[in-house]
Parts: sequence; structure tokens; C-alpha cells
Amino acid sequence: MIAFVLVRLFRAVVTVLAVMTFAFVVLRMSGDPAQVLMGPDVPQNVVDAFRAEWGLDAPLWQQYISYFREILSGDFGLSMRDRSPAIELVLERVPATLQLTIPALLLKLCIGIPAGIYAALHRDSAIDRGVIFLAILGFTIPSFVMGLVLVLIFAVTLHALPSGGIGTWQHALLPAITMSIGGIGILARFSRSAMIEVMGQPYIRTASAKGVRWHDVVRGHALPNAAVPIVTIVGFMVGSVISGAVVVETIFSWPGIGRLLIVSVANRDLAVVQCILLLIAAVMVVSNLVVDLLYGWLDPRLRAQPAH
Amino acid sequence: MTNLVEIRDLRVAFDGVPVLHGIDLDVRPGEALGLVGESGCGKSVTWLAALGLLPSKATVSGRVRLGETDLSGAPRAQLEQVRGGRIAMIFQDPSSALNPVLKVGRQLCEALKLHRGLTGAPAKAEALRLMDLVGIPDPKGRFALYPHEFSGGQCQRLMIAMALAGEPDLLIADEPTTALDATIQAQILDLLARLRAEMNMATVFISHDLGAVAQVCERVCVMYAGRIVEQGEVGLLFDRPRHPYTRGLFDALPRLDGPRVPLVPIRGTVPDPRNLPRGCAFAPRCAHARDFCHSERPDLHRQQDGRALACAYPLPAAPATQDTAPARREGVHS
Ligand SMILES: Nc1ncnc2c1ncn2[C@@H]1O[C@H](COP(=O)(O)OP(=O)(O)OP(=O)(O)O)[C@@H](O)[C@H]1O
Ligand SMILES: [Mg+2]
Repeated sequence: MIAFVLVRLFRAVVTVLAVMTFAFVVLRMSGDPAQVLMGPDVPQNVVDAFRAEWGLDAPLWQQYISYFREILSGDFGLSMRDRSPAIELVLERVPATLQLTIPALLLKLCIGIPAGIYAALHRDSAIDRGVIFLAILGFTIPSFVMGLVLVLIFAVTLHALPSGGIGTWQHALLPAITMSIGGIGILARFSRSAMIEVMGQPYIRTASAKGVRWHDVVRGHALPNAAVPIVTIVGFMVGSVISGAVVVETIFSWPGIGRLLIVSVANRDLAVVQCILLLIAAVMVVSNLVVDLLYGWLDPRLRAQPAH
Repeated sequence: MTNLVEIRDLRVAFDGVPVLHGIDLDVRPGEALGLVGESGCGKSVTWLAALGLLPSKATVSGRVRLGETDLSGAPRAQLEQVRGGRIAMIFQDPSSALNPVLKVGRQLCEALKLHRGLTGAPAKAEALRLMDLVGIPDPKGRFALYPHEFSGGQCQRLMIAMALAGEPDLLIADEPTTALDATIQAQILDLLARLRAEMNMATVFISHDLGAVAQVCERVCVMYAGRIVEQGEVGLLFDRPRHPYTRGLFDALPRLDGPRVPLVPIRGTVPDPRNLPRGCAFAPRCAHARDFCHSERPDLHRQQDGRALACAYPLPAAPATQDTAPARREGVHS
């Protein structure tokens, strides 16, 4: 069990390091913050002074080493725009993003999984076909299209809900729904196929053959087995509570992490972008770690053999 | 003697393709009945249909009577009482027949609760007794283990223990030893024979292994392409098989005594249920078939010696002379 956890932890750390390195290199290779921030007409000596101030004149590998040294000492750098600590700028946006992503996640779980399981248990019925159709529709329509359609219907035509901005819970409704629809479709399809697969297993027939009532077969024997693959997808969705909002925040002018990321990338605000990517990677990795541990809990076959 | 189970004209079709064409079968209390035939002839489907365990795409007709209860068309709750309570069933692949995410003790206790109302400590005590009865070493230490921590043979023992939990009148063992290696097979067969005697429980033993059937059964029923083709006392069928198909099954068995002759597998393969021959389904593979066999299908008729037979030109009934008598085969203990 300890080896199991250590291996996963090691993999998690390696993943975060890889993301950080990638972000660091790509950001620096793909554009010059001095140019972006000050425009093309600034005299060379001003640009050089800016470069020297932010350490951009050193060789890439030196920048990289000092970046890591600072991160390890808890210093995530300053924003080039207003010189406030990048970490503060980022964390300040987290609640707004979570206000969208957490309700969206709950919608995905509470609609997607039951719909998929119901469809699987009533295979080939009209409801099953309806669920499949809506699910495919849900995850094939891109979220910006879905968002615009919803805005057209509920904000522009019906005037029932605001079309953008943050404020009351009504403001969060359209973006959260927009964000959840694709995930509902994916989860419904996935839960359905997981459940169909499990219901066809010999142990389900065994349970029926020993007289277990049908809904207890479903609850006590099928669901615990179907949970294993479903948890994988759910883990992935939990992992993207920070990163999953970029498109939707932009459509609905929602002041969350996603918008900050877009603005900061455009401005080459290195410290802020790196900080956001680090946060995204950390959340993903932690949720993967939790999923791995959940696997072991849900499926005894995946547990490392305890010493007898 | 009244029959424990009576199946009458049982028919099953999957998506409109008939795979059982009217099975009549009786099981007497306490008897051991063998059900043999090549793969796909409908042995499993017969009993899955009787217990209402087929998927919904299967259409089932006919009557299944258990004592005073009519199982065909019975409400689900009544079927659930019968399953595991009066008729228990164990399956071919024991390792996948137990739920991988539940402890074996819990799976046993579930059956005890359903059919005997036992919970808590008494349930656990009874589960341990059953594990011991079927020969699981150290039941106490293994009660809280998961199925993957047991061998295939032990999983089948656990399946048997679970089947016994409801103290059934009839145990359907659907190829219980096929997935196991030879020594384990013999142990499981011995266990089944012992338990049947101890608990006075009828057993239907489904198998393609005639040797095993001869070892544990009193009566044998030979199925081919969704029909019963020959049925009778085990000695009778083994000594003087009259349906060429039964004879073919025996000839495909290795013989231990007598001269070493090459095994003769039945030529050809089982017909596709979607595309059955018009007459006798076995005719295309039968060395004795004549024109009649290819156009008309013989019904199952009772013979003077007590067997039932569905063949227009059966092998001779008279006792064969000494030197041509089929030698007793492996596993036939007289
Ligand atoms: N769930 C199912 N869906 C469709 N066809 C099925 C299903 N179960 C069985 N069949 C068909 O019914 C026929 C009889 O199958 P059955 O499982 O009873 O054979 P069997 O005699 O038990 O063979 P085996 O020795 O291989 O277990 C076969 O042709 C099989 O293809
Ligand atoms: Mg079978």
C-alpha cells in the first residue's frame, strides 16, 4: 500500500514538473513581454533596462533555475503589469471560477450518471434512445455555440436571465449550465456503457440466481462495479474545475481564472501565466491521485497485495 | 413418485431465432440427472429459462412447474423466492461468477439472509460452517477475503456453499468443472456427489464430459440442437446407446479398458440455430441417415426399455454380442 502511494506521488510530482517546464519554455520562446507590454516604438535602452529588471537577459537555463529556486522558497513572482504578487492575483480569481465550475460539476454528476444508469437498465427503450441522442448532442455541440444559443433564448429573447457579468446567482445560471452540458453527455454515455457492461457479467447472473431482488442486484452488485470506470471520468472532471472555464468565462465575461489566463497570455505576463498553469496542473494531479486511491478502495483487485 | 420439477414444451427464441424447440423434462426429488450435448445445444438456456434468468430479448414459452408452483409467468417476487431457495444454480466459470468487489463472506451471508432470515453472528457462523462443509481451509481467516484471493477450484466451492445456503431442493450445476483442471474437477465432483447424498438434494448436472456424468448421475438426457434426442437410465444409455448422436458422443470418449482404438469425433459441426436442417437436425452428420431423416423429424418416443428416443433408424436394441459390445468407458463405475 505504501509503495502504491509512493509510486503515485512520484508520478504526480513528475507531472507537475513537466507542466511547469513546458509552460516556462513555451512562454519564453513564443513572444517577448517587453515588446508586448511597451509597444514597438520604445527605445532600445528602455527595453534592455526592462529585460534586466525582470531577469530576461540571462540565458534561458539560468532563468529556469532561478524560477525553480524562487518557487521552492514560496515566491511565485510579480505580475509585470502592476507588480503585485502573481499568486495573489490568481488566488483572488479562484472563488469566481469555482462559483461556476462547482455547480456545473454537480449538474454533471446529478444528471449524467443517473440518466446513463437508467438508460442502461432500460436498454433499447424509448428513454434509452432519448438519452443517447441528447448525450451525443450535448457533447458534440461546442460550448461557445451552446452558450450563445442559451443567451439568445434566455437573455435576448425571454429576458429571463442576465447574459453576462457576475453578481447574483442568476448570473451564474447560464454559464454553469453551458459548462455542464458537454459533461452531462459524456457522463451519461459513459455510465450507460459501464453499467451495460457490468450487467452482462456472470456475477450479476449469480446474484439473480441466488434470489437477490432486482433492485438490490443493481444497487448492491452492479453499481459498486460500475463505479470503478465512472470514477475515472468524474476524477477528470473534478481535475478541470479550474481549467474548464476558459471558454465559458470569456463568453459570459465572468471574472475568473480563465479570463485572467487569456489576458495574461496575451500580455506575456509570465509570472501570472506560470502561476495559473501550476495551479491547474496541481489540481489535476491531486484529483488523479485521489482517483487512484479511490480505485483501490472500490476494487480490491487493484489494491497492492498486503503481506500475509 | 411425483416429480419435483416438470418442464413441458419449453421453447426459447433469441431475437426471433428459436434455440429451444419444446423441451419436456422431469426431475424427481433427490435424483441426479445429467444433461449432455455439444456446445450450443441449449443445455444452459433450458434452466436459465426455467428460472427466468434470460435477458429480456429472449422469448420464452411453455410451462415449468415446481411442486405446486407454476414458475412460467410467475410474478418476479415469487421467482426470486424460488431462485436460490428451492432451486439453486452454479455456473461454469467460478472465478467470474463471484462478485469481485464484495467479500466472499458477505456474498454468502446475503444468501443466508434472503432464504433463511439469518443475520449478524448466526449468519456468520452458518457461513463458516458452509465454507467448512465445501472444503475451504481456514474459513475464519478467509471469510473477509475477496474472490480474487481464492483459486478457481475454491471459487467453485464457494459457489456451491452459496448454493447450499438456501437449502434448495434442486441444484443445477452448469458445467461446474469445465474451467478447472483435472484433479480439481474430480474433487468438485466428489463434493457434489457427497452433498447430494447428505442433503437429499436433486441435482441436474450439465456437462459435455460424459465420464463425469456417468460418475455422478442416475439418469441422462442427451440434447441436440435445442431438442432432447435420447433420455434414459445412465447404464442403459452407456451400454446400448440407440441414437447415433449418443453413440457418437461415447465414441468420442477415450476408453480406458479394451483395445486402444483411435477416438472417433463426430464429423461435422453443430448446425446454426438460424439455419437448421429440415428433417432431423442430426441427419447431415449421421452415418445412418436415410432420405426420410432429411425430410421428416422424428418425435421423442418412449421405448420398451424405459428410455425415450427421437430417431427413425436407431441403432439395434438387442443386446450386442460379447465381442462387439461397447466396452465400458472411463469413469463408468458399476
Ligand atoms: N444471451 C443470448 N443471446 C443470444 N443467443 C443466446 C444467448 N444465450 C444462448 N444463446 C444461444 O442459444 C443456444 C443455446 O445456448 P446454450 O448456452 O444453452 O448452450 P449450451 O448447451 O449450454 O452450450 P455450452 O456447452 O457451450 O454451455 C446457442 O445457439 C446460443 O448461441
Ligand atoms: Mg452452457
